[in-house]
Amino acid sequence: MAFLSNLINGLSLGSIYAIIALGYTMVYGIAKMLNFAHGDVIMVGAYISFVSIYSLGTPPILALLIAMCVCTVLGVVIERLAYRPLRSAASLAVLITAIGVSYLLQNIALLIWTSNTKVYPSIVNFGPLHIGSLTITGETIVSIITCVVIMIALTLFTTKAKTGKAMRAVSENRQAAELMGISVNKTISVTFAIGSALAAIAGVLYCSMYPVLVPTTGSIPGIKAFTAAVLGGIGSIPGTLVGGLLLGIIEIFGRAYISQDLSDAIVFAVLIVILLVKPNGLLGKKVTEKV
Amino acid sequence: MKKAVTLVLVLVMVASLFAACGKSGSSDSDALKIGFIGPLTGGAAVYGNAAKNGAELAVKEINAKGGVQIELNTQDDEHDAEKSVNAYNNLMDWGMHVLVGSVTTTPCVAVAAECYKDRLFALTPSASSPDVTKGNDNVYQLCFNDPNQGKASAKYICEHFPDAKVAVIYNNADAYSSGIYQTFEAEAAELGINIVSVSTCTDNTSDFSVQVADAQNAGADIVFLPIYYTPASLILNQANAIGYAPTFFGVDGMDGILTLKGFDTALAEGVMLLTPFAADAPDAATQSFVSAYRETYGEIPNQFAADGYDCVYAVYDAFLKTGLGTDASSADICEAMIEQFSSMSFSGLTGANMTWVNGMVDKAPAAVVIKDGVYVNAG
Repeated sequence: MAFLSNLINGLSLGSIYAIIALGYTMVYGIAKMLNFAHGDVIMVGAYISFVSIYSLGTPPILALLIAMCVCTVLGVVIERLAYRPLRSAASLAVLITAIGVSYLLQNIALLIWTSNTKVYPSIVNFGPLHIGSLTITGETIVSIITCVVIMIALTLFTTKAKTGKAMRAVSENRQAAELMGISVNKTISVTFAIGSALAAIAGVLYCSMYPVLVPTTGSIPGIKAFTAAVLGGIGSIPGTLVGGLLLGIIEIFGRAYISQDLSDAIVFAVLIVILLVKPNGLLGKKVTEKV
Repeated sequence: MKKAVTLVLVLVMVASLFAACGKSGSSDSDALKIGFIGPLTGGAAVYGNAAKNGAELAVKEINAKGGVQIELNTQDDEHDAEKSVNAYNNLMDWGMHVLVGSVTTTPCVAVAAECYKDRLFALTPSASSPDVTKGNDNVYQLCFNDPNQGKASAKYICEHFPDAKVAVIYNNADAYSSGIYQTFEAEAAELGINIVSVSTCTDNTSDFSVQVADAQNAGADIVFLPIYYTPASLILNQANAIGYAPTFFGVDGMDGILTLKGFDTALAEGVMLLTPFAADAPDAATQSFVSAYRETYGEIPNQFAADGYDCVYAVYDAFLKTGLGTDASSADICEAMIEQFSSMSFSGLTGANMTWVNGMVDKAPAAVVIKDGVYVNAG
C-alpha cells in the first residue's frame, strides 16, 4: 500500500513536471533556444492567481484564467523584447539573455510581492479520495487529469491544426518554412504564448499541492522540469510526458526507498546514465545537422 | 599634462583625508549606539521584524525614562550570511557600541566571527547554534542554544507524553535543525523515548509526502519538527491532506506560523511549541509588554519580540553596571560587558534569573499549545 501511495505521489509530482517541461520542449523544438526564464513564468502565474483569489476574491477557475492570460502576454512580450532581437545571434547570447530574464522576473516579483512567504490557497475544493487505506488528494487527481488532457490536446494541435503544422514546419526547417509562406516570427510568438499559458496552469497546480509561494518558487521545479524534458528527449511532446512522469516517480521512490538525503542526486544521476546511453533522451529524435 | 594629473590626484587624496575625518567626527553622540541585524524581509522575516519591534519598544521605554539614551540602528540581512556581514560593516561605520543580533543562526555565526575580530560585544536574541558562542568570548545568547532546545523538548515530551511514539522530520541541510535533532536524539535515548520514524528534508524540499507517510505508517502520535515554520506549514498541509492528525511539536523555529499570510490557522490547531514566552502569561511584566506591543504594532507579540525586548534591556542594564560612558570605545565596552554578563543575573519576559556561562544562557524551558489560532500556556 505504501508502494501504491508513493507511486501516486510520484505520478502527481511528475505530471506537474511534465506540464512545465512542455514549455521548455516546445520552445526548444521550435525556436531552438533554452528559455531558462520559463520557471519564473510559473512563479508569476502563481502570484497572479494568488492575488486574484486573495485580494480580488475571484473564484479559482477565473483566477486560473486570469493567470493564464497574464502569463501568455508576459511570454509573448519576453520573446518580442528579449529573444527576437537575438534571433540571429549566437545561441550562447540567447541563453545568457534567458538567464537574465529569469533574474529580472524574480526581482520584479520581489519588488511587487516582497519576499515574505505567502501560503497559497488550493484551487481544488474537493476532499481526498479514500480507497481502502490509500488516500488520494484532490490536487493529485486534478494534476494527473490536467496533464493527460494537455498532452492529448497539444498532440492533436500540432498534428491537425494549421498553426500547429506551421510549428512543426518551423521546427524542421526554418528557412524552408519561411519560403512556404509561414511567418516564423508569428509561429514562435504562438509557441511562447502556449508555453507560458501552460506555465500558469503548472504554477497554480504546483502551488495548490505545495502551498508556499516566494519569488524563487519557480526555480527548483523549473530546473527539474528542464531535466525531465532532456530525459524524455527535448523537442518531443510524448517524450516530455514520459520524462516528467519518470522524474517524479524516481524522485519520490528514491526518497522513499533509497535515501531521503540523496533523492535529488539520484534524479540527476539517472539523467546522466540515460544521456550516456541515449544522448537524445528516451524518445528524442536523432537529428543530423545539415551543413 | 603630467603635472595636471598629479595635481588632480593630490587633490583627491587630500579630499579623501577630509572625508575620513567627517566620518569619525559624526560618531560623536552621547547615546549608547545599539546596532540590530535581522531578516526584515525574506523567508525568516517574521522573526526579524518581531525582534526588531520588540527592541524598538524597549528603546522607546528606556529613552522615555531619561538617563542614558539609546540610539538604535536596524539593518536587514534577509537571513543571508553575506548580507548580514555587510549590514554589520554598515553598523561599524555608523559607530555601533554593542550589537543585538543577528536574529537567525547562519548569519549570526558569520557576524559573530567579525564581532570577535573587532572586539565588539554582541547579544543575539534568537540565534541558537552553539557555533554562535563557540570560541567567541564576546558573543552571548539570550535564547536557548540548540542543545538546550533539543534536550528540553525531549524532557518535555517524556514528562507529558510518557508512552508516545515519536516521529522526527528535520532539515539535515541546516545547522539549526540538525543541531536540535542530534541533542534531542541523545536525550531521547537516555530517557527511553520511543522514536519510531526519523526522516529528513533539505531547504528546497516541498514534497513531504514520503516523510509524512513514514510517520503515519509507523503509528507516531507525536511528530517532532525542529524546523522553520515555512516547511512546517507544508508538512501540516500535507498531513491534513491525507487525514493524519498527530500532535506536532515544534521549537522556536515554529514560532511565526500563525502570521504566515494566507495560512489556514485551523491546520495549526493543537500544535505545541517549546518557547520561553507565552503572550497569555498572567504576570504584570508580560501583560504590560503585550498591551504596549499591540497598541504600537497591532498584533500579539511572539517569542522573538520578547527576545528582542529583553536583549535591549539586558544590554542596557549591563552597560549601566559597567559604569562606562558612551564615549568609551566599543572594545572597552566589550571587555566590561563580558565581565557583567558572566556574573550578573537578568530577569526579563523570557525567563527569570537568567545566567550566562561561556555566552550560553541558562533558564527554565516552557511550552505553549495553539488553540483557536493563539498561543496558550501549556505548562
